[in-house]
Amino acid sequence: MSIISLIIKREFIAKVRNKSFIVMTFLSPLLFVGIAVFVAYLSSMKADTKRIAIHDESGMFVKEFTSQNNKNQAYKYLDLSLIDLKFLKDSITNESYEGLLYIPKANNTKDFESKIQFISNSSPSMSFIENVQDVIASKLTKNNLEKAHLDTLAIKNAQSKVNISLTKASGEESVKGLNEIKIGIGGAFGYLIMMFIIIYGNMVMRSVIEEKTSRIVEIIISSVKPFQLMMGKIIGTSLAGLLQFFIWAIIGMSLMFAASVFFGVNVGPTASVSPELMHTAQQEMTGTAQMYIKELWNLPIASILVGFVIYFIGGYFLYSSFYAAIGAAVDNQTDSQQFLLPIIMPLMLSVYVGFFTVINDPHGTIAVVFSMIPLTSPIVMLMRIPFGVPLWQIAISVTLLFGSFFFVVWFAAKIYRIGILMYGKKPTWSEMYRWLKY
Amino acid sequence: MSNILEVNKVVKQYGDYVALNEVSLMVPKGSIYGLLGPNGAGKTSLIRIINQITLPDSGEIILDGEKLQPKHVQYIGYLPEERGLYNTMKVGEQCLYLAQMKGLSKAEAKKQLEYWFERLEIQGWWNKKIQELSKGMAQKIQFVVCVLHKPKLLIFDEPFSGFDPVNANIIKDEILALREEGATIIFSTHRMESVEELCDHIALIHKSNKLIEGKLDDVKRQFKTNSFEVGILSENVEGLMYAITQKFTVGPANFKSLNNELKLEIQLGNATPNELLNILTQCGQVTHFVEKIPSVNDIFIQTVTQ
Repeated sequence: MSIISLIIKREFIAKVRNKSFIVMTFLSPLLFVGIAVFVAYLSSMKADTKRIAIHDESGMFVKEFTSQNNKNQAYKYLDLSLIDLKFLKDSITNESYEGLLYIPKANNTKDFESKIQFISNSSPSMSFIENVQDVIASKLTKNNLEKAHLDTLAIKNAQSKVNISLTKASGEESVKGLNEIKIGIGGAFGYLIMMFIIIYGNMVMRSVIEEKTSRIVEIIISSVKPFQLMMGKIIGTSLAGLLQFFIWAIIGMSLMFAASVFFGVNVGPTASVSPELMHTAQQEMTGTAQMYIKELWNLPIASILVGFVIYFIGGYFLYSSFYAAIGAAVDNQTDSQQFLLPIIMPLMLSVYVGFFTVINDPHGTIAVVFSMIPLTSPIVMLMRIPFGVPLWQIAISVTLLFGSFFFVVWFAAKIYRIGILMYGKKPTWSEMYRWLKY
Repeated sequence: MSNILEVNKVVKQYGDYVALNEVSLMVPKGSIYGLLGPNGAGKTSLIRIINQITLPDSGEIILDGEKLQPKHVQYIGYLPEERGLYNTMKVGEQCLYLAQMKGLSKAEAKKQLEYWFERLEIQGWWNKKIQELSKGMAQKIQFVVCVLHKPKLLIFDEPFSGFDPVNANIIKDEILALREEGATIIFSTHRMESVEELCDHIALIHKSNKLIEGKLDDVKRQFKTNSFEVGILSENVEGLMYAITQKFTVGPANFKSLNNELKLEIQLGNATPNELLNILTQCGQVTHFVEKIPSVNDIFIQTVTQ
């Protein structure tokens, strides 16, 4: 057996046998599913009905609200226009009203627009306020139209609603809202890579620190090259990580399935369907569903998976070499914080760029640039791939990633080689720079 | 006798600091070679270069007639001063792993391990974790790891530190037995009495330079001052003192004896011992007459403080 595979094997076994690995592997999916079920359970529960008192001196609007009482279960509107306003204000708390909607008498529409108050001890939700505003505004509009002697029914009928259907050049019909699914898939893979890099990068670092503090490293590097040790460690740890993800995927999926059957709650992907989607879906339920399934199959699944593997390998190796070098440079984990920040930053940055920029404009300048920079490309490019990325961009990005990967490994190996034999003090950045020249 | 290891003008610099300044050594085959020097002299740097942990900036190392190259790691066994093993790994697995790294097959490693475990009477430790063992026990494991692959050249950095006298003796006997089997041993230590006891060759490195090298006897010969310790029972002490101070430099000496004799240390200069003896026998009864041979300790201190 070659030396490097010997090291890989040892690292793998050491990681997998570790108690915390076993606990993490089997407990995390339980926790995750538990939280998902809990959230789903909470959101499926009926919210308490909140009582809203209305004091409508104009008498114009109160009916508009009370007529909602049957449809809307979250809020119950009570017409208390006959009761003295001052008394009402004082009794909000005692009578456990959520709030008091006060509509004063006004002579014209303009006065209504600014004089209505909502009196409450707690701050009401945005959607509630918007709803109240909508109701009043539409009533006022209707009044205005009637005052101008316009036929409100005719106007209502004259209004039209447009629903553009998206069609690809190839002639296939497409569906709106698919972008959400695409960013969802890309985002999930990108996020997975980030988590993996942080968790397993840290493991590599801990393992290097352990060898350094236990002083065994001197014996090992009298037999193998530090570079072999470093690579063996990175590969062995990544295999343990892959195993863990694999187990998580299996346990997670079967638990999710079991939970959704058992509780009868919908924890599947349809729970997060966007509003536009709902709208489309209402119109032609079956047709759209079929189209979605078709579209999902039409996604570049092969390139997503191949891309995931390539960017995963490139990104993980790139970052874990940094982690290994840091582990070699310091004596204990607390000292590593200072050096970890520059590693975490590009990771965070790429997730933000992914979720804020790629979602808006998958082929915009920022998205393209960040999908080329090696430190951010594994995450950003993965998020772009479901939207269809030209091959030449992928080629440049992958070349840059692996080019810098070899450079970083070379650089990290130099720090590593010197660092693992340095005991006692925390090095500074300038010292680490000097190590490069030894 | 040919040399198993030749170090030729090796230079090693860390930044501006010169750790080794054109150091050359000849380690004869089958010798126990003491590498001496104060802390920070450059011993560890040199040992690391021989182990190919670091590379020299210039100079070359010849191992058994060949230029040092990666395959030579399996001919060298190294016991570093800073010791350690994987704390959470089982003793047996750990030894197998480290032996395989030195190029042994798994079966061969296992055979050798069983032999050594039996020899050092530690068979019961196979499934224990290092963290369950005491420091001295862990040291024993480390010694086994170091010699397991039957290296031609063994490098021990402070091998006896951490051992109680009984175990230190066991290890000492094992080192001597390995030499009998043909291994050469380089021995880096501060404990001069073990150098005196074991080494036949020494080298002294101080402030990045090699100052002394050679057979221990030759080095001692080189450092002896031609003085003798003398014990004499004499009636006429004043006459005796007068007679010898005429010819020699005389000082008080201190050695153990049964009688209440006069104890002197006498520097002969160019004279022969017999000339001194002739004078002494005329003045009284000589009870003690020993050439003063410098100890390694003396040589060390004398060289380093110069």
